[in-house]
Amino acid sequence: MFGYEFYIDPSRCIGCRSCLQACEECETHRGKSMINFDFIERRESITSAAYVCWHCDEPTCAQVCPADAIKKGEDGIVHSSLKPRCIACSNCVLACPFGIPKMMEPEQQMMKCDMCYDRTSVGKRPMCATVCPSQALAYVRPEEIAKRREKPTNIFYFGEQKITTKVFMMAPAERDAITLDVVDYMWEEIHEVAATIE
Amino acid sequence: MAKAPIPEEALKQEFGPHLNYVPPGGWKDESIHPAEKLVKTHCCFCGQQCGIQLKVRENQIIGFEPWEDFPFNRGMLCPKGVKRYMQSGHPDRLLTPLMRSPNGFRPATWDESLDFTVSRIRAIQEKYGKDAVAVYGGASLSTEKSYLLGKFARVALGTRHIDYNGRLCMVSAGTAYKLAFGIDRSTIPWSEIPKAEVLFVIGANVGECAPITTDYIWRCRDNGGRLIVADPRMTPITRNADLYLPLRPGTDLALLLGMLHVILRDGLEDHEFISQYTAGFEEVATYAQQWDVRRSAEITGVPPEAIEKAARWVGKSKRAILLHARGLEHQSKGVENCSAVVNVALATGNIGREGSGPTMITGQGNGQGGREHGQKCDQLPGQRSLADPAAREYVADVWGIRPDELPQPGYSAQEIMNAIHSGEIKGLLSMCFNPLVSLPDANFTREALSKLEFFGVIDFFMSETAHHADAVLAGSLQEEEDGLGCSAEGRVIHWQKSIDPPGQARCDSDIIIDIAHRLGRGQYFPFKNPADILEELRIASRGGVADYYGITYERVDKEKGIFWPCPDLDHPGTPLLFADKKFYTHDGKAHFNKTEWRPSGDPIDDQYPLYLTTGRVVSQYLSGTQTRRIGALIDQYPEPRAELHPRLAEKYGITEGDWVTVTTRRDDLTLRALVVKTIRPDTVFIPYHWAGIRSANRLTHRTLDPRSKIPEFKVSACRIKLATSPDMSPDDRAAHNGASRGGP
Repeated sequence: MFGYEFYIDPSRCIGCRSCLQACEECETHRGKSMINFDFIERRESITSAAYVCWHCDEPTCAQVCPADAIKKGEDGIVHSSLKPRCIACSNCVLACPFGIPKMMEPEQQMMKCDMCYDRTSVGKRPMCATVCPSQALAYVRPEEIAKRREKPTNIFYFGEQKITTKVFMMAPAERDAITLDVVDYMWEEIHEVAATIE
Repeated sequence: MAKAPIPEEALKQEFGPHLNYVPPGGWKDESIHPAEKLVKTHCCFCGQQCGIQLKVRENQIIGFEPWEDFPFNRGMLCPKGVKRYMQSGHPDRLLTPLMRSPNGFRPATWDESLDFTVSRIRAIQEKYGKDAVAVYGGASLSTEKSYLLGKFARVALGTRHIDYNGRLCMVSAGTAYKLAFGIDRSTIPWSEIPKAEVLFVIGANVGECAPITTDYIWRCRDNGGRLIVADPRMTPITRNADLYLPLRPGTDLALLLGMLHVILRDGLEDHEFISQYTAGFEEVATYAQQWDVRRSAEITGVPPEAIEKAARWVGKSKRAILLHARGLEHQSKGVENCSAVVNVALATGNIGREGSGPTMITGQGNGQGGREHGQKCDQLPGQRSLADPAAREYVADVWGIRPDELPQPGYSAQEIMNAIHSGEIKGLLSMCFNPLVSLPDANFTREALSKLEFFGVIDFFMSETAHHADAVLAGSLQEEEDGLGCSAEGRVIHWQKSIDPPGQARCDSDIIIDIAHRLGRGQYFPFKNPADILEELRIASRGGVADYYGITYERVDKEKGIFWPCPDLDHPGTPLLFADKKFYTHDGKAHFNKTEWRPSGDPIDDQYPLYLTTGRVVSQYLSGTQTRRIGALIDQYPEPRAELHPRLAEKYGITEGDWVTVTTRRDDLTLRALVVKTIRPDTVFIPYHWAGIRSANRLTHRTLDPRSKIPEFKVSACRIKLATSPDMSPDDRAAHNGASRGGP
């Protein structure tokens, strides 16, 4: 849908799993959910998180695929593997830094979130983001998301690997990128990171 | 005679709950056979009443599409809403009337089952008097059905005793709001929530029981609002709380009194508002003087500094909303608890203006609309009092009877079951209520049911309670009959009929009207369809507090809901109450109500040193008659678990997943442990949606709030021990053996 973007904010997630239930209702993979959901550590806390695919600008899953079965459309959507090509080797499952692709049995095919291609291509919002009661998954215009406490970013650092994505992650307002490595917060490293962004 | 005719297990095999995992025709079918139409209607689960569009094909619901134009939820749905369509076309659906037989239940014709029902009702009433037959209703019924059932009990049966399962929901709040404001409704539409500076949420597991409200709360925080959560458990919304108050179960009143104490001590009250618009402040203020934070902290277990902070945040705010739900209502002092919330709001002037107000979150599907027009034991349509001579005269006139023909107020839901147990009530007609799972002290309920001389059930699935029936009349689902509902906001909405009842099943209202005719009272029930009932309801409610005179299906559809009171066809409805600072009380003022502290009805002691509290999980609804039949929802949370803190678990040698036996003064229950740091170490939580050997309500007690008559589900005394296997309790074994032996 023109002018709409996908935003993920785990801090809003209440663990209701409405997204999983709704994903199952999507036409192209009815009966199968492509959402990644976790209680972070249920013993310790109630925090939970639900994720869709981030739809990387340069998708690692496609880069590592030996059968050239994973395609990104012009609209930036990274699709499930092409069934005739997929050899079910699980390279993509292992390589994705976000842990998104799933090897489906008994189909023997990698399937993943395609941001409800059947819906977005005809002007409907993706199912998960439409139903999400806490709007931890949101498909809205940027001006709507600007009202939030957190700020969207689509730059991620996984160690040396910088990834930019179609889907945005909500981060604390003072952050420009999401990085998980302690070294990225060290004084001597920050200069390097800044240089990379330039 | 009303014991289960054959063993429970055999009944379960025949009538379920079975799990439905796929839509009619299977997952792939819709792409080949697309829906014929989309029907704009509402979810049947919970008082949020989210708008949803049901996909219909060949008189079956085959899926759903979000309804993004409906203003309350804007397309959002919880997992129950997403999968609600799976109840339609379910293999367990009752398709014919059933009559008890030596082999269980056998299909019967409508004539046979209704004539039998009428003859049994007549025989009992002739032998023991009119009041020997009682009626149970449900808060999942449309407002028209609720109205019809109230009139049916009073005009067709002439019994005093009709009440409904909303008695187990928000009646404490309703009673408190009627005392304070003269009206039983949320004071605000939900659109006010994001405008608040402070949200104080007490006893309300919003994330799981009112999931859509979460988005309103998060938007309030986006706007800079602060969130306070008071609950024995860190419920999902607590993850973003600015202040969390971990109070002991049953001590909400002590917390609220401590907060009021601080507000008055620090001079944070709104003098002008109190003097101009309220009554009864002095007495409440004097009592609050005894409640310094130290005393409040000792009873609640909340640190004094946290109580001070909460009080100051609310007290200094010009826009504070105080949200509350079953946590403080399900107590033997439920009315006092809700009055204490109201008192804090009134003392700080937080009412009738933007982004402020005390607000109950009604929990059941039509919990609001179902309690306004006559299935409550003490109410007539329009929230009129059955004891008020003027109200009796008005409604009797609308109904075409003499006021003295109208029965007086009768027993509440639990009191009806008590009277069945004691033999005072001999016959029961129950619609859309599963008391064996939802009333406290389930063993007592089972004993009571076995004493009934006649038990008729109107329902769409065979509930566990219906196992004890003599006749089970196949009724309708929400989507099978037109009608109004009213959401937690007070917004009247339209449940559009999507499909006809399948097989021989009939619309609920048809069944009630048919029984009335067979009882020889047909002249009072000339209704051909729900629209006829609504026409009479509009007039019957006219001039009452819950005035629906200006509400029609056409208006509701066009305006996407109308907030009552709506006294005329050109009246816009009333989203925000008290904007003019006028209240619905006799003197037009808001009333403070004194709230004296008293202990729970099931106090802890050396033998039962822990608190047991019960509640919901997000994937299940009430007694589970519907949601325990939907595979995807059961997979999400397959069976009840006993939630306990690692510190408590360690003390008893319990680890995650172990079997643990929870024992109260009523019974014991063995469940797997869920060991989490998100619950107080002196408290055990069990969700209540399951039946039989998994039924939390075998453990709860029958103490009622003396005014609202709500049972104290949220506080029982218990003890726990590590168990080796999920063995059945002695009572359940007895129940099973008893059933297999047959009736007396």
